[in-house]
Amino acid sequence: MKFKLTFWKVVFIVIMVLGLYSTYVRFGRGLGAATNMTDQFPWGLWIGFDLLCGVMLAAGGFCMVGAVYLFNVKRLHPVVRPAVLTAFLGYLLFIVGLLFDLGRPWFIWHQMIYMNFHSVMFEVGVCVMTYTTVLFFEFLPNVFERLNWKTPIKWIHKVYPLLIVAGILLSTLHQSSLGSLYLIMPSKLHPFWYSPALPFFFFGSAIAVGLAMTIFESTQSAKAFGRQLELPVLVTLGGALLVALWVNLLLRFEDYFHRGILKQIFKPSYEAYFLWLELVLTFVIPITMLSFKKVRLSPQLLYLASISTVLGFITNRLNIAVIGFETFVGHHYAPKWTEFMVTLMIVAMGFFLFGLAVKYLPIFQAEKEETLEEPEVPVGAGVLSHAGD
Amino acid sequence: MSKAILYDATMCIGCKQCEGACAQQNNLPYDDRVAAEPVQSAHKYTVVLTKDDKFMRRLCMHCEKPACASVCPVGALHKTSAGPVIYDVWKCIGCRYCMVACPFSQPKYEWGSLNPRVRKCIMCPDRVAAGKQTACAEICPTGATKFGERDDLIEEARSRIRQNPSNYKPRIYGLEEVGGTSVLIIAAANVEDYGYPSSAKIGDTPMPEYTGRVMDRIPDFVPLWTLVLGGIYWVTHRRDEVAAAEANEKNGSRR
Repeated sequence: MKFKLTFWKVVFIVIMVLGLYSTYVRFGRGLGAATNMTDQFPWGLWIGFDLLCGVMLAAGGFCMVGAVYLFNVKRLHPVVRPAVLTAFLGYLLFIVGLLFDLGRPWFIWHQMIYMNFHSVMFEVGVCVMTYTTVLFFEFLPNVFERLNWKTPIKWIHKVYPLLIVAGILLSTLHQSSLGSLYLIMPSKLHPFWYSPALPFFFFGSAIAVGLAMTIFESTQSAKAFGRQLELPVLVTLGGALLVALWVNLLLRFEDYFHRGILKQIFKPSYEAYFLWLELVLTFVIPITMLSFKKVRLSPQLLYLASISTVLGFITNRLNIAVIGFETFVGHHYAPKWTEFMVTLMIVAMGFFLFGLAVKYLPIFQAEKEETLEEPEVPVGAGVLSHAGD
Repeated sequence: MSKAILYDATMCIGCKQCEGACAQQNNLPYDDRVAAEPVQSAHKYTVVLTKDDKFMRRLCMHCEKPACASVCPVGALHKTSAGPVIYDVWKCIGCRYCMVACPFSQPKYEWGSLNPRVRKCIMCPDRVAAGKQTACAEICPTGATKFGERDDLIEEARSRIRQNPSNYKPRIYGLEEVGGTSVLIIAAANVEDYGYPSSAKIGDTPMPEYTGRVMDRIPDFVPLWTLVLGGIYWVTHRRDEVAAAEANEKNGSRR
């Protein structure tokens, strides 16, 4: 095998080198040297993005498993495996990210012996741990098939109903609990984002992002691996995404209305600008787009709508984690470059492992039929397609 | 009954001896440079602030129902029946949820350390257990910081305000705030001017109740949701089985 240096490989290597240096700063000189976190801002990018967004971006796994195995939407079957793979990798990498953020990560196992049942963080921890195990078992058939081990596949199929129900139950719990984390800060988090309904918003956004990420991922990997786009799959997902976005939108505005801040959110202010950005990306753009049948039938436009949705909800969670605290704290927080590099390194590792898995495991086994034309490799997909070689 | 600290800002002369005694009690460095620092930090659990010739102490409020203890995933922080909210460094994993959750932003962190700890006033639990006063109360030359039974101190604070109404704002900060705290403050100025959160903002509801409303539902939610999910699974797959049986054909695919 010859090693060819491509643009995306160079990017990948640069990210890994800088990321490893940042890792050295984090563990060699401490959180203070590696981050811009302070006593006033004890949670920064690593909680805001790696934890809050990471878990949300991996929601496609439980959404697709739920759709196909629970609600029996057989059309969606081809996307279950890639969605479960993304979720499994997502959770593994999220745990890696957590090891960077925790001050004393070598004591992470204390979680299992010193349990505080009143703590939302404890509940999230336990659910994430258990759910990662469930995802591991949901992912295992890929490996067994590759090794041609028939018996263990049969065992897994026997317990599959259990895995499905457990996986969705655990996802419901911890996706919503990420929102519950902030319930205890009514005096600190800005009223635009603090709401007693936070757990519902977090669960609702997880479903919308789960659908959007599956569209994004199918399109992206179709381009990167030269596979045929599953149009009926994308159309189904697009329709579901539109419904999910409407539900999210109604919940959010119902909440603004009930808390009497409906007028306030339209008045220009520092927080309002960030809220508007979030609302435009999450609701205005994708809902407008998806309302046209033409868009719902076009893979390219569906792809754009899903990107807007994902970016919008990422903005939402970063607003909650960072922007929403700035007024209370009285100063701004911007991540240090080493914080960015660690996050980028973890994301790059995700792309790399996804590429590796797709190359060596029957992830896209469901459609081995004819491969149609190979679209050009888009920005961002290059790392994917070459990751394995 | 639980112990508490009453801080009467009108009696405080700003000598900062409480800062020094606190540092000594907790084996922290204390010199002129530290004394000049106007903020609390991992090496300064309490601070005496000055504004318009009036003084104000800041320290952990030792809430009756502490947010920090309720959010800690490993229970490293907890409220003792004697009053102090104490910290078990061994259990701590360093998630810093306590720092984010505390309405008074009291827990501080050793950001420069490779084995960082959460730092805050722990109300001298060893001294309290031995029946002694806290270090800050013992050294206070004017009695501005007074240690005692919470109920007695509330009575005392009330009578001081009653006897000298012109000297005080008519309120005891910490009496009702977030469900009551074990540090009580009376002053001529507004505590809010020294960085304390306003009573209206933090309210009288104990912070853990905000999460409790959700967390308490989980034990009911888990079996119910399992049943619903299992039911949906059964119905959708039963439909398949029936259809398959009716068609009486064997399906070669996996399911």
